[in-house]
Amino acid sequence: MKPAPFTRHVPRTVDEVVSALAEFAPLDGRILAGGQSLVPIMAFRMARPAHLIDINEVEGLDRLAVDGDYLSIGARVRHGAFHKPVIDGPLGKLLAFVVSHIAHYPIRMRGTFCGSLAHADPASEWCLVAATLDASLVVKSVRGERIVPVTDFLEGIMSTSLAEDEFLAEARLPLLPDDTKFGFYEFSRRAGDFAMSAALVTYRLVDGVIADAHVGIGGAEDRARRILEAEDVLNGNAPSPDLFVAAGEAAANAIEPLEDIQTTAEYRCDLVRAVTRRALERSLL
Amino acid sequence: MSDKTDITLIINGQSHAIRVESRRTLADAIREDCGQTGTHIGCEHGVCGACTVLVNGEPVRACLMFAQQADGKQIRTVEGLANGDEMHPMQRAFMENHGLQCGFCTPGFLMLAVGVLEREPDISDRDLVDVLSSNLCRCTGYQNIIKAVRAAAVEMRQS
Repeated sequence: MKPAPFTRHVPRTVDEVVSALAEFAPLDGRILAGGQSLVPIMAFRMARPAHLIDINEVEGLDRLAVDGDYLSIGARVRHGAFHKPVIDGPLGKLLAFVVSHIAHYPIRMRGTFCGSLAHADPASEWCLVAATLDASLVVKSVRGERIVPVTDFLEGIMSTSLAEDEFLAEARLPLLPDDTKFGFYEFSRRAGDFAMSAALVTYRLVDGVIADAHVGIGGAEDRARRILEAEDVLNGNAPSPDLFVAAGEAAANAIEPLEDIQTTAEYRCDLVRAVTRRALERSLL
Repeated sequence: MSDKTDITLIINGQSHAIRVESRRTLADAIREDCGQTGTHIGCEHGVCGACTVLVNGEPVRACLMFAQQADGKQIRTVEGLANGDEMHPMQRAFMENHGLQCGFCTPGFLMLAVGVLEREPDISDRDLVDVLSSNLCRCTGYQNIIKAVRAAAVEMRQS
């Protein structure tokens, strides 16, 4: 249970990070951010990178601020930063509610928002938030910078569109209008354990009917994503228990469920049905 | 490739100049290189919380941090809780409330609880239960740990 030997690099600036990545990524190098997923994988020897580029000392990457119409989250902003609402309005409250479901307190002191996205575990709460809210991701390398919509970033189980020499420098979450309602519900066997399914919903009420519904599902497919079929059920209708059941049904019918030893496809669909409905119910509390 | 680097771990105010490989975890360095064996190692992959220590005031899993990452930072371990012969309120509360049996997980629970309460003195009883779900105990069934931490929280808020 000890990681294999590696060489640690400690860049101080983003320029040094991308140069180190360009040099060492081809030699089996990778980024070390919070390390709360990577280090256990290394302890199990499921990963044995030859080089780790430790971004924990890089200036500026801890920036967490509103830029215009989005919240900018730097690559070493830790989960714990969201324990209290980081901004007024629904987005700060949403993030504070979701963060309490991520692993445990000491893990949240180290693990990072962007690290979760780059790791791309299908059960990741932050991947679900990014997918539901249509996040944009700022990706950097020595070749320059590109801004990637989350739908082009998450590609599958622990798989992203990051090239070998690229790193996720910043995530951008659109601010939510003040009258946005949100609900989140996650099902897992133990507190802090991986979600077996989770749902995040946001919408606005205009003249008593739902508008601009976003329904995101995580932990059920190979990546978190918005389920348009469920959103179509909601948009234009007044919230009601029957409507929420129908949206859950639509979500369950729309997904390609992951199967594993504890979860059959049928059970996963049933969970999606339930977490979608419960997230919607919570949006009215 | 396994070249060692000179670092200084400041544990409970005392500097330890050590030379470690990059893969050396903070937990191993605290125990093996600095001889502070109060910090226990359970699962070595971040699940059990036995190795919880405070780094710059934040409770972290010492098995998921590399020792070199803690170079120069302020580390606190269970050895630093008591003031001479006088136990920390958290230690006394664990004793008075039977918050331990075999004691293996206790240093981790103590550092977790002290770390969180120092950062958030007014944390609710409900949130404290959620915090304590971070660590594993195979003896007590947790109820007495919760009782102990709530009792210590009251005392720590008064002092």
